Amino acid sequence: MLKTLLKSLREFRKSTIITPILVIVEVVADVLIPYTIALLVNEIKAGCALGTIVRYGLILIGMAAVALLTGWAAGTTGARAATGFARNLRKDMFYAIQDFSFANVDKFSTSSLVTRLTTDVTNVQMSFMMIIRAAVRSPLMLIFSVIMAYRMAGSLSLIFLVVIPILGGGLLLIATRVMPLFRRVFKKYDRINESIQENVQAMRVVKSYVRENHEKEKFRAAAEDVCADFTRAEKILALNSPLMNLCMYTSNTLILLLGSRAIISSGGAALDVGQLSALVSYSVQILMNLMMLSMVFVMITMSMESARRISEVLTEQSTIVSPADPVTQVKDGSIDFDHVNFRYSEHAERMALSNIDLHIRSGETIGILGGTGSSKTSLIQLISRLYDATEGTVKVGGVDVKDYDLDTLRNQVAVVLQKNVLFSGTIKENLRWGDLNATDEELVEACKMAQAHDFITQFPDGYDTHIEQGGTNVSGGQKQRLCIARALLKKPKVLILDDSTSAVDTHTDALIRKAFKDYLPDTTKIIVAQRVSSVEDADRIIIMDNGSIDAVGTHKELLASNAIYQEVYESQKKGGEQDGE
Amino acid sequence: MANKPNMRSGRPPMKKGTLKRLFQMLFKFYPVALPLTLLCILFSAVVAAIPSIFMQKVVALVEVSLGSGSTWSAVSGQFLRLISVLLVFYLASLVSSFAWNRMMAIITQGTLKKLRCAMFDGMQDLPIRYFDTHNHGDIMSHYTNDIDTLRQLIAQSIPQLISTAVVVISVLCIMLYYSLWLTLVVLLGVYLMTFIIRGVGGKSGKFFRRQQEATGKMEGFVEELMNGQKVVKVFVHEEETKKDFDRFNDGLYDDSRKANTFANILMPILFNLSNVLYAVVAMVGGALMLAGAPNVSISCLPFSISIIVPFLNMTKQFSNNISQVSQQFNSIIMGIAGAQRIFDLMEEQPERDEGHVTLVNACENPDGTLTECAERTNVWAWRDVKADGTVTYNRLTGDVRFQDVDFGYSEDKTVLHDITLFAEPGQKVAFVGATGAGKTTITNLINRFYDIQDGTILYDGINIKEIRKADLRRSLGIVLQDTNLFTGTVMDNIRYGNLDACDDECIAAAQLAGAHDFITRLPDGYNTMLTGNGASLSQGQRQLLAIARAAVADPPVLILDEATSSIDTRTEAIVQAGMDALMCNRTVFVIAHRLSTVRNSDVIMVLEQGRIIERGNHEKLIAEKGEYYQLYTGAFELE
Repeated sequence: MLKTLLKSLREFRKSTIITPILVIVEVVADVLIPYTIALLVNEIKAGCALGTIVRYGLILIGMAAVALLTGWAAGTTGARAATGFARNLRKDMFYAIQDFSFANVDKFSTSSLVTRLTTDVTNVQMSFMMIIRAAVRSPLMLIFSVIMAYRMAGSLSLIFLVVIPILGGGLLLIATRVMPLFRRVFKKYDRINESIQENVQAMRVVKSYVRENHEKEKFRAAAEDVCADFTRAEKILALNSPLMNLCMYTSNTLILLLGSRAIISSGGAALDVGQLSALVSYSVQILMNLMMLSMVFVMITMSMESARRISEVLTEQSTIVSPADPVTQVKDGSIDFDHVNFRYSEHAERMALSNIDLHIRSGETIGILGGTGSSKTSLIQLISRLYDATEGTVKVGGVDVKDYDLDTLRNQVAVVLQKNVLFSGTIKENLRWGDLNATDEELVEACKMAQAHDFITQFPDGYDTHIEQGGTNVSGGQKQRLCIARALLKKPKVLILDDSTSAVDTHTDALIRKAFKDYLPDTTKIIVAQRVSSVEDADRIIIMDNGSIDAVGTHKELLASNAIYQEVYESQKKGGEQDGE
Repeated sequence: MANKPNMRSGRPPMKKGTLKRLFQMLFKFYPVALPLTLLCILFSAVVAAIPSIFMQKVVALVEVSLGSGSTWSAVSGQFLRLISVLLVFYLASLVSSFAWNRMMAIITQGTLKKLRCAMFDGMQDLPIRYFDTHNHGDIMSHYTNDIDTLRQLIAQSIPQLISTAVVVISVLCIMLYYSLWLTLVVLLGVYLMTFIIRGVGGKSGKFFRRQQEATGKMEGFVEELMNGQKVVKVFVHEEETKKDFDRFNDGLYDDSRKANTFANILMPILFNLSNVLYAVVAMVGGALMLAGAPNVSISCLPFSISIIVPFLNMTKQFSNNISQVSQQFNSIIMGIAGAQRIFDLMEEQPERDEGHVTLVNACENPDGTLTECAERTNVWAWRDVKADGTVTYNRLTGDVRFQDVDFGYSEDKTVLHDITLFAEPGQKVAFVGATGAGKTTITNLINRFYDIQDGTILYDGINIKEIRKADLRRSLGIVLQDTNLFTGTVMDNIRYGNLDACDDECIAAAQLAGAHDFITRLPDGYNTMLTGNGASLSQGQRQLLAIARAAVADPPVLILDEATSSIDTRTEAIVQAGMDALMCNRTVFVIAHRLSTVRNSDVIMVLEQGRIIERGNHEKLIAEKGEYYQLYTGAFELE
């Protein structure tokens, strides 16, 4: 897992390596400073000349300067490495997601992908910074401080050998006890926030049913629960600082007592006063760093979950990729389904499509009709290889779709999706998704065909009108027509409309189909619809029922022979000659 | 943890007194525990300052003994005495630090819980207008971001601030005790440090804010793209998308690198400045001592080694505390801003309700009059207490009348003009018209989500302003286009309509709505858990559940706002029977853009730009060949 993540370091590898080195130099300077101070104190005590004090002072300042410079540099390179690593992680994840197939996209939810790209990366970034700085600094400081203490005070420093394991063990014990608690409490905390969100979104329902008090009670119970758990965890965590103090006080007392004895009994030979006060500051340093180390430990463990979630995205294999030696030409718009079976995942109990055998000639207009859940959408998604057929083959232009270069295939098979999306940007920018290099004339031409030109020119800014995120500032019917125009700009050999005119009035719908007939005679057109009127003039109509083809025929044939078609026709006729859906 | 940065354009200007208010609140919540805790923090801080004085005594004693050449056994008594006094202080400090850490955990979490509940309670009573005019993400951030920053403020910054203040003040006093001149040198150095804190810390704060903004922007982009991921694939637009993403990502990297750099370098700078300060003090002190300069101090001691050595320790302690508190600087500012936003939400005006007519269960007397009774009778009455104290009961029938109603969401923009309509008990009234014509607005007025500006709305002959809102809404069932379900079982969700309903009643309601079939096919039937607004169900299934929920509430008036829009025509035919049963004997307001749904209404109102332009039943409107006829024959778009 870590290996996967570290691959994203790339250009920040240098900063990542330099940072710990700088930290090491900084630590050496930091450790030598109290040592020099001890010497200085003794010199002052010994009543030295001003020159000596100044010399020591300058050495001190010099060491501080080194520490400052390396500290500064380490801070800079550390920030660069960690944030750069985060940048690359985000980039690699996003790129990986772009290469996902529909099946991969279905597996992760949008909100989970967004969290992985933001919160999870931030967590990893913070831990990474800790690893290259604090996780180097603290143990080093610890070790150096112990060594210096030993050099100065010899056996007296054995005190640390007792205190360090006690504090370290204690901190570790607290951390391991508290971590599962926190993990649980954070999950609960997330859930309580989700329930607030749910409440805010459903406020109309809450108020309509006068359930304000019910909601308050529900929330209070959840809040009590979170509070109790949080308090329990924090109470344990609150032991940290008294434990730390206990160890510090114990070692200080021992140092003072034993140190004084050593000085006096040896007459100042074994240890002097300056060294004694230095020893005390080393002891503070040692214990502080131990504390820091336990924090680093907790942080890193906590971010492991984020790291796992990121690597899950990075290692996800796209289920659909172009073959090694792909076909890059689509001959014509003929489509063949040879005994195709399809299910969305291996675990799915039900086949979404079973035994589809269908042959469509280039240039034909095909209507597809059927109830919700009859797998109309599944059928057309196989044509541009958005999913792979589980059994059997799907051919476009006589070639198995699996043999095509994906870009070639998808550029030649244009799908106007049922759940369609416009992106924030101008109408022009949205249309050019179909063809980046389309001229303005081509845009107008496509929009005229899709019956979008008239309403676009009525906007004050015409083709430069800004579309809000999700296309909320155009009506449903207008949005659908823009999506059709966008697909037309690809000048595809096969055009698939998946229930793409449901919000368009019947008259305009008819005009769009007429334009297709007049201007795109060679393009194969597949129209999935709920409305009989949208498909009745197609060359052939396919009736889907429960994942298989129930019947194929013209409007007249089906009206005479097919029960489903008759039923749908009747129900829509009853609702009006042409239902104004 | 949900630590998403939120986009707040224009944080409100910092109000004065927020911190004071926060403390007042804390004191109110914990009138005993909080002062006690603060006292313990204070005590711990004072005690922590004492050992350094003691250490000086020990050192002095060592020097004396060393000078007089006495043996350890001769002076050990003195040492032990000193150290046992020290131990007492240490012990006291341990106890108090243990006490305040624990108490602070309880206070912090308790306060946060109380605030959360107060916010949530207040929020339930806010008018719908608040939710319509505020971004939901922004409302949420009160519970996530603001509460988080407040936790930081209460649990860490305040104790740290208090103990630092104590240490700084006591150390300052001790320094003055030793020497004014050297104290001035230290203060000069600290003054320099505050400059750096303000400069570097401020820069880092600025870039952290920019990093938040950049994160927000990137998040927005990613969210939009992820929602349209399938379109990206279909249009082979992956490479362009990657390029766009890189722009956002690089911007974010830039800001976050700068923010982290400034944050990283602050500590080494301050730490080493304090080292430099130490050296300078040593040099100045040494120079003054050797030059025999006169000292100015409380102790009136001349410059000597016994002044300079302890003074150097003080210097270190003083500057270390300053750098420590600088770490809290940003979180204090953010915590106060968070507290302010929380107070603002709690201060929002709740929904006002001046209604006095209430809804009660009633029994019908043989003479046709009504009397109030406690148990559920399925007969409801409006109970009105007149000014003279007499009580009248009016049977709830579901007669709704609009008289010359004008309404606008804001004062200056009227969206409904002169609406006059009536629905007699049991009638079905349909609203038809393009998006934005005002169909949903009319239903928002009946249940008083919004109040009308002119005209009157009568419910069973009573002005709805006189009816208590809760009772008014209880008498109205509503099914909306965007179905909201709650986390819980299917059964819980149906029961939401009537908390007293037994399982059988809920199942009967589901059968009525045509939802029973699909529910029994779910893995756990009625006990299937729904999460994330019923994400595992199709939009049509969710709508069926919402209809069942309304059915179990059994209200005399029903509002169906595009309730069947996501149910396909074939399924709708199946649901239709249930819907017919549900609508039977109730006054129903229907909004639908599928005209087959409204066709058999008693009255159809065609709305255009906030006015009723046609009214009548289906046959009449078709015969008129007006707007309705046009819509019906599909010549116009409805959406």
